[in-house]
Amino acid sequence: MSVSQRIASDDQLARLLQIGIVLEEVVEARAHHHSQSADADLDAEVETLLADAAEESADHRDRLESLISGLGVDSVPFDEIESLVDARYGRTKPEDFDGILYDQLCNEETAYKFYDDLIEGIEASDAEFSIDRDRLLETLRTIREEEAEGVSEVTKVMERR
Amino acid sequence: MNTADQYLKTIYVVQKQEDGPASTGSIADALDVSPASANEMIGKLEERGLAEHEKYKGVRLTDDGIVRARDALQTYCIIERFLRNVLGVEEFREEAHELEAVIDDTVADRLDTIIDRQPECPDCFDPETDACACLEVAMAPVESD
Repeated sequence: MSVSQRIASDDQLARLLQIGIVLEEVVEARAHHHSQSADADLDAEVETLLADAAEESADHRDRLESLISGLGVDSVPFDEIESLVDARYGRTKPEDFDGILYDQLCNEETAYKFYDDLIEGIEASDAEFSIDRDRLLETLRTIREEEAEGVSEVTKVMERR
Repeated sequence: MNTADQYLKTIYVVQKQEDGPASTGSIADALDVSPASANEMIGKLEERGLAEHEKYKGVRLTDDGIVRARDALQTYCIIERFLRNVLGVEEFREEAHELEAVIDDTVADRLDTIIDRQPECPDCFDPETDACACLEVAMAPVESD
């Protein structure tokens, strides 16, 4: 085992980007699950928040997929992740408003932390990747910024309630 | 998972394997670092009250150290299970070791929402196989590496 925190190869980078895709898919699937939950009785503000979150995650997924296609690695099919999320959440009781917002806050915070660590790992690495390093970092920094904005938006909605 | 947590996890596992204090040599071997590096980090863990080092005997984790080590081992188990059962990675042990430094416990907690982990985790971790003893191919892998 190495205790190095660097990202040393294309394969390692691709696997981390795949994990990013899965995290985004989890956000999409959970937002979808919350929206479809018959007992949730969501108001317009939360509905819009969830719809925006799902749309943003789909966009992030596309950008990550574009990066890993340059590394010659397959993406992770959304249907598979959605069914895994459903398998875990289909059995649970419908969440209340605070639960849904809190869940969304965790999603955004986790994604921010993931991209922040990933960017730090790439910056600390002197490995040559098959994809352009500047494009890679620019894409990830943009996504990280959007996650930070997401945290701020959810926090504002929670504070108003 | 930061470097300190990787050390704590390793000391915890080596202590269990050796059924007593973990020798610096075993810790260094398990982490693939020099004994000097291991000694330096063990000193830092002692300063933070997470481990106690007794000359000629080895390292023993304190109660606080054990709590953190078990959390780190749980994070590691989540990464292994996620790689094996969700991404279908055959070489999941090697990849988990490579990725653990970059995967934070908050991220692991999110990945945990789509894997079926056993309640006894991390006691199910088997040092001999370097994997969760309950780990099996519970669902069709998404990709076949």
